[in-house]
Amino acid sequence: MSVRARDIFKAGLIGDNPVYRQVLGICSALAVTNLLANTLFMCFGVVFTATLTNVTVSLLRRHIPKRVRMIAQVLIIASYVMMVDTLIRALNPDIHRFIGPYVGLIITNCIIMGRAEAFAAQNPPWPSLLDGLACGLGYSLVLIAIALVREPMGFGTLLGIPLPARELWWHSWTIMLMPPGAFFMLAILTWIARSRTGAKETSA
Amino acid sequence: MTPDPHSVPFLSLLLVFVSAAFTDNILLVRFLGLCPCLGVSKKVDASVGLGLAVTFVTACTAVLNYWVYRYLLIPLDIVYLRLIVFIVVIAAFVQLVEMVVERLSERLYQALGIFLPLITVNCAILGTALFMIARPYNATQAFVFGLGSGFGWLVAITLIGGIREKIDEKHVPPGLRGPGLTLIVIGIMSLAFVVFSGMIKL
Repeated sequence: MSVRARDIFKAGLIGDNPVYRQVLGICSALAVTNLLANTLFMCFGVVFTATLTNVTVSLLRRHIPKRVRMIAQVLIIASYVMMVDTLIRALNPDIHRFIGPYVGLIITNCIIMGRAEAFAAQNPPWPSLLDGLACGLGYSLVLIAIALVREPMGFGTLLGIPLPARELWWHSWTIMLMPPGAFFMLAILTWIARSRTGAKETSA
Repeated sequence: MTPDPHSVPFLSLLLVFVSAAFTDNILLVRFLGLCPCLGVSKKVDASVGLGLAVTFVTACTAVLNYWVYRYLLIPLDIVYLRLIVFIVVIAAFVQLVEMVVERLSERLYQALGIFLPLITVNCAILGTALFMIARPYNATQAFVFGLGSGFGWLVAITLIGGIREKIDEKHVPPGLRGPGLTLIVIGIMSLAFVVFSGMIKL
């Protein structure tokens, strides 16, 4: 891996993490994180879509006229999301019933559109692939971190398996399953991450 | 069970509206439309402007998408194309509104112009369309559902804008400034809206 490739990767994963640094794509970050299994499927969808969209946009970057590039990018994203949607439904219909609408909403996930516009539209396919992958994984990292707190605290389970504490003394925090719990968790995570990396004002 | 499309009791429409606007608030309970909300909600004026534009577009595209889904996608058996079709309908509608507004009123265009591109990628609008087809609504109810969702979003972003105007002047830990603090505010508001439903839905 060349130095440049490593830089792209590190930026997407930590330095410019799409969720807590750029504050993009948090809608789905909150909705699917009450169960780790849902989260993993959602992350798969985002990594898949982000990577392939970046490659496609990069390959077509000289052929798409400037005026219609937004709509062209949306159509590329929508095609990949449709594939992911079908795939998840085939793999696990139960999970699809719950996260289905949110999988569809990957189309309007600003991370993917943002990276396509900001990076892939100006760079060759290989770095674009890495950039998409890194941003998708950076997003997954935050989602999994939130889910790792919400599921054990809310249900007393992890990936559906009951944790020992649940039998002994733990009372489930229902609030962690409800929307407010998700907002608080993301707020705390943003706070920690920004304090550690030096608070730079980057509100969207 | 689908209701008769020609006679919809007023009460049921009111119920659809209230549940879409409050108990199922699209921003605070369904988590949709957060990115533009965090970006724009620094001032009340801008929040109201964007909120009104979103309400209008959501209501109109909900019913447009309902027709497309009911009379085009289902008969042709191409429901799996719904994601692409919905986003194209929304993008085309926003473009149309932009052109009409530009012709009709220079002032309105100045006021709304900057918000319109933001609306196409507002997930609240696509989300409303996706939630709408999951329920047994007819065209009127779909319109009211869109109206309610948009209105709920407008209420939420206006309140957040008002709170942020005050809170941004206070001393807060640097890491919490901006998005972090706004998320906590949204979380507390969300707590209030969740109580509207009176029960916990998982």
